[in-house]
Amino acid sequence: MSRFIQLVGRDIRLAFRQGSAVTLSLSFFVIIVVLFPLGVGPELAVLARIGPGVLWVAALLSCLLTLDRMFQADFEDGSLDLLIIGPLPTEILVLAKVIAHWLTSVLPLIVIAPILGLSLNLPGDGIFALTLALLIGTPTLSLIGAMGAALTVGMRRGGVLLSLLVLPLYIPILIFGVAAVDAAIAQLTVVPHLFLLGGVSLGALVVGPLAAAAGLRLSLS
Amino acid sequence: MSFIAQNLACQRANQLIFEDVSFTLSAGEAIWVKGRNGAGKSSLLRICGRLLTPFRGHAEWQGKDIFKDYDGYVGQYHYLGHLDALKHAMTVRENVRFWASFHGTANVAMALEKFELQALADTPTGMLSQGQKKRTNLSRLVASPAKLWILDEPLSALDRHYITLFKERLLRHLDDGGMALFATHQDMELDRVKILDLDETAS
Amino acid sequence: MAIDLHKYANPKRFLAITAAIYPWSVWLTVILLLGGLYLSLFVAPPDYQQGDTVRIMFVHVPAAWMALMIYTLMAVSSAVGLIWKHPVADLTAKAAAPIGACFTFLALVTGSLWGQPMWGTFWVWDARLTSMLILLFLYLGYMAIWESFDDPTKAAKAAAILALVGVVNIPIIRFSVDWWNTLHQPASVATMDGPKIHSTILIPLLVMGLAYTAFFVMVLIIRVKAEILKRRLHVLQIAELRES
Repeated sequence: MSRFIQLVGRDIRLAFRQGSAVTLSLSFFVIIVVLFPLGVGPELAVLARIGPGVLWVAALLSCLLTLDRMFQADFEDGSLDLLIIGPLPTEILVLAKVIAHWLTSVLPLIVIAPILGLSLNLPGDGIFALTLALLIGTPTLSLIGAMGAALTVGMRRGGVLLSLLVLPLYIPILIFGVAAVDAAIAQLTVVPHLFLLGGVSLGALVVGPLAAAAGLRLSLS
Repeated sequence: MSFIAQNLACQRANQLIFEDVSFTLSAGEAIWVKGRNGAGKSSLLRICGRLLTPFRGHAEWQGKDIFKDYDGYVGQYHYLGHLDALKHAMTVRENVRFWASFHGTANVAMALEKFELQALADTPTGMLSQGQKKRTNLSRLVASPAKLWILDEPLSALDRHYITLFKERLLRHLDDGGMALFATHQDMELDRVKILDLDETAS
Repeated sequence: MAIDLHKYANPKRFLAITAAIYPWSVWLTVILLLGGLYLSLFVAPPDYQQGDTVRIMFVHVPAAWMALMIYTLMAVSSAVGLIWKHPVADLTAKAAAPIGACFTFLALVTGSLWGQPMWGTFWVWDARLTSMLILLFLYLGYMAIWESFDDPTKAAKAAAILALVGVVNIPIIRFSVDWWNTLHQPASVATMDGPKIHSTILIPLLVMGLAYTAFFVMVLIIRVKAEILKRRLHVLQIAELRES
C-alpha cells in the first residue's frame, strides 16, 4: 500500500515540478471551449443549448492530449522496466498511474469547468450537474485511456493511433454525461444519468487495469 | 541460494537470437556475459530480470520457475539496464529514495556515500553528467539490498576511479554471499568471475 | 543460426480443412447470392409506403448482421489466440477485420441511400446508423493496431486485447446510442426497423444473410491462406538474409 501511495505521490510531484502537463491540458481545455462561441456566434440561447456538449467534448479531448504521456515518459527513461518487475502487481501499478493521471490532468479541468459553464450561459443547476457528472464520469476516461496508452507505449506517433483506439470507447461517457446536464437544465431528475455514468466507471475500473496491464507486459516484452 | 538457467532461447522479430544458453549462479559467484553486438546479451539479462519471456527454456530462483512462481523472486534482485530510470525533475536523493523504498528497505544516505554522491544529493538529476547519472543508478543497488544484481553495461561512462570503486562494491557484494550477472565491454577481470560467451553457444 | 519454422509455417491441418471447405463456399456464395437477389428484387412485394425503396433493406440488413457477427467472431478468435496461443486464431481475427469493415461500410452506404428518399437527406443521426458508424471506427482502430507493430506476435496480442475490450464495450455503446437517440428524436420518425416482418420479406433477408456468410467464409479462407504464406515468405527471407 505504501508503495502504491509513493508511486502516486511521485507522479504528482513530477507533474507539478515540470508544470507543463497541468497547464497545457488546462489551456487546451479553455481554448477549445473559447473556440465554440467564436465558431457558432455569441447568441446566449445557442450557447446554452450546446454548452454541455461542448464542455464534455473539450474534456474528452484534453484528457486524450495527456494520455499518451501516462506510460511514455517512464518507458523512455527505463523507469517502466523497474516498475514492472517491482513488487506491485501490474494491474495495481496501472491503477496508481491512472489515479495520478486523473488527479494531475483531469481534476484541474473539472475545477475550471464551472467557470467555463458560466461563460457558455449554463444555468446554475446545469453547472452543478456538470461538475458532478464530470467527477463521476471522467475516471473512466483515464481508465480506458490507460489501455490505449499501454498498447501504444513506445510507438512512433502513438498519439494518433491512441485517439482512434480510445475515442469510440468514450462515446457512452459523452452521451450519459451530456444527458445528465441536459436533464438538470430541463429541471428533470439527474440521478439515473449519474447512476449510468457511475456504472460505466465501475465497469471501466475492472476492464481498464486488466487490459492496460496486459498491454504493458506486451509492449515491454 | 542459486539462479539456474536452462536451455534458454530468445526470439526477436521471428528470428532466434540465441538458444541453449544454460548456466548456474550460486552464492558468491558472478557471471560475465560476453558476445559480439547483437548476440543477445541484453536480451539474456532482460530474460533473467523477468522483463522478457524466453522463447524456450526456463530459469529458476531457489528451485522455483521465475516466470510461474514470481513471488519468491520479486525483490530478490536488482536490474540495471541501459536507461538510467532517473526522473530529471527530481534530485539524486529523491530518485534513489524512491527506487529503494519501492524495492524494499531504504538506506539512502549510506548508498550515496558509497558512490561519493553526497555533494550532489540535492541536485536534480537532469543536471548531472552521464557518469554521475550512472553512479546514482549504481547507488540504487546498495540503497536496498538484493541477492542478485543483473547489470547491463554498469561501467559505461565511468572513469577509472569509479570503476575501481564499483569493483570493490561488487566484490563486497559477492563476499556477502551475493551474486551478479553482468554484461560489459570494459575490462572487468575479477577472480571469481565465470564467463558466458554467447558467440560460442550460438549455432 | 536456426530459424524457427514450426510456429507459423506448419498449420497443415488448417490448410487441409479449408481446402475442403473452400469450393463449397464459392458455390454456396454464387447460388445463394443469385437466389437471394432474385427473391428480394422480383419476388418480395414492394412496400405500400416505401415502394421499391424497401428493397435496399435486403442488402442493408444482412450487411449490418454480418458487421456485428464478424466483430464477435474476431473477439472470439482473439480470445482463443490469447489464451491458447494458437497462431491461426490470431490470423483469422486479422483476416476477418477488413471484411467486417467492408460490411459495416456497405451497411452505412445502403442505409444512407435508403435515407435519401425516406428522410429527404443522406444522413440522419438514427441510432442504428450511428452505432454502425462507431463500429466502423472500432474496426479501423483494430486494423490500425495490427499495422503499428513490427513484430507480428506482439501485434496479434495487442489487437486481441483491443478486440476483447471492444466487444465488452459494444453493448454499452449500443445502449448509450439508443438512449441518446430517444432523448433527441421524437419516436414518430420512420426508423430503420422497416415494415412488419412478413415471410415474403423474411425469407429473402435470410437467404441474403446466408449468401453473405458464405461469401465471408470464402474471402476469409483466401485471406488467412495469404497471411500464412506471407509469414512463411517472411521467415524464408530472413533465412536468406542470414545466409548471405
